[in-house]
Amino acid sequence: MASAGLWSDAWARLAANRAAMTSAALLVVLTLLALLGPMSSPYAPDAIDWEHMAVPPSLESGHWLGTDRLGRDLFVRTLHGARLSLAVALLATLVSLLIGVTWGAVAGFAGGRTDALMMRAVDVLYALPQVFFVIILTVLFDRSVFLLFVAIGAVGWLTMARVVRGQALALRQREFVEAAVASGAGPVRIVFGHIIPNLMGPVIVYATLMIPQMILVESFLSFLGIGIQEPLASLGNLIADGSAEMETAPWILLVPASCLVLIVFSFNFLGDGLRDALDPRER
Amino acid sequence: MLGYVLRRLLGAIPTLAVIVVLAFLLTRLAPGGPFDEEQALPPEIKANLERAYGLDQPLPVQLGRYVAGLLRGDFGPSFKFKDFTVTELIATGLPVSLKLGLAAVLLAMLVGIPLGVLAAARHNSAVDHAVTGFAVLGIAVPVFVIAPLLALVFGIHLGWLPVAGWTPGTVRDMVLPVVTLALPVIAYIARLTRGSVLEVLRSPFVRAARARGIPGRRVLTRHVLPAALVPVVSYLGPATAAVLTGSLVVETIFGLPGLGRYLVQGALNRDYTLVMGMVIVFAALMIVLNLVVDVLYAWLDPRMRPGRRR
Repeated sequence: MASAGLWSDAWARLAANRAAMTSAALLVVLTLLALLGPMSSPYAPDAIDWEHMAVPPSLESGHWLGTDRLGRDLFVRTLHGARLSLAVALLATLVSLLIGVTWGAVAGFAGGRTDALMMRAVDVLYALPQVFFVIILTVLFDRSVFLLFVAIGAVGWLTMARVVRGQALALRQREFVEAAVASGAGPVRIVFGHIIPNLMGPVIVYATLMIPQMILVESFLSFLGIGIQEPLASLGNLIADGSAEMETAPWILLVPASCLVLIVFSFNFLGDGLRDALDPRER
Repeated sequence: MLGYVLRRLLGAIPTLAVIVVLAFLLTRLAPGGPFDEEQALPPEIKANLERAYGLDQPLPVQLGRYVAGLLRGDFGPSFKFKDFTVTELIATGLPVSLKLGLAAVLLAMLVGIPLGVLAAARHNSAVDHAVTGFAVLGIAVPVFVIAPLLALVFGIHLGWLPVAGWTPGTVRDMVLPVVTLALPVIAYIARLTRGSVLEVLRSPFVRAARARGIPGRRVLTRHVLPAALVPVVSYLGPATAAVLTGSLVVETIFGLPGLGRYLVQGALNRDYTLVMGMVIVFAALMIVLNLVVDVLYAWLDPRMRPGRRR
């Protein structure tokens, strides 16, 4: 099914979707800014400017998005935070893709009792909002940033597993899988060589929609103080910082919050656009 | 129907059991214990403390004791809130969290459904665009941004409502937290209702009702709405999950003595028993609420009634 026709059709539909394309462009710009922007600024993310503490955004002071109460440049810190938050989200999404796609594809292809057992496990984990598991896991992993990413990813794969399983169940009945079975391909080869490549469409869509959720989970935990900790900056702990100062210096809250909302918005629009482009039936 | 409810309740027991064991193992495997202070305790005192709390026993024994306690409704002592048992903390926190959560879900339905119906009834009008825009915004802006912003505007600048605190029995303290929790759910419900009403409006039975000369408003409330509400009801499960998750932030920000705040503090303090207790209570809440949603669903949509094979 994944012929050149399908992908070029999808691309044409996506290119015609103005909201999705704007979002994609915005994300590219933001990512580049997050990667390169801090270098263009004379300030380091943890450098303290004693002359300008908690100054509002202005061009004269040189801190054009202002500084926080320690005199650290908010432009640089927000970009650093965005970089870390994006990294967390990408890594977590990758982890949950690996687990979710494999789990779902194996369950869907195996069918029968294996399928029932594997999906029952997913149901059990579903009974609790994922953030609660992440909280237990953060206690477990002693707040190491890297392990936090993995932990977030390790509990985010449930929806992906369900989506993939449904697709795999349908694919199992198709002729090309039957042909593969007939020509003597083993189950591992069928799952990884035939089933998974053919369900990349929905996987891409859900992965795109998963990234903003992962960013939100990371920020949520960092906001509560159980995620990324000072002196590292993530969008979550910058927002936490800002909300403590909002009475006197609202920009310390507004700058990282706008950045977060912008990123989440863009990913959602892009994901919706991709869904419409790859699966025109479902709207 | 009663048999169905009972069967579902029985089915929840293994789920809950798995969650208890998982939570227990994960918290016990954690590096660092609840008695690690900035200033290290002398080893004899630490050993004594661990003996007093039974932490020196092998894991299976600890698990057995914990489960035996749970069956008696005893969640064990809190390690950090030294004068309280976890059961006592749950007893004080649960009513606060329940009140907040129920009020938020109710508010979300009362506002979200009419907004969605209005937008669908005036498809492509200014009202429709406003609702859609609000829905998109409400889904992208997280609770921990909404909460400080609302507190800033209504609590500090306008001074209408208290920014934090909890006096039992007063409604004023609940307004900002409930609105904060409800806003994202309102956005989602409005979007869902709008889409669903638009779809139902296109179906043949609606055209038939119109053709019989039934006035438009009556078609909307009597024919379209019941059919359109089915997906909204099935969203109530995820909605309660969202509200429970949001309550962690909202209770922390607004300083409310609910379960969410205890969970966060428990995690920060490595208070094993507190974290486990809260997680178990949250899981039980989710299971019960999902059951309520499923029963509602069956009541709304005859095709989903148990006993009829799908």
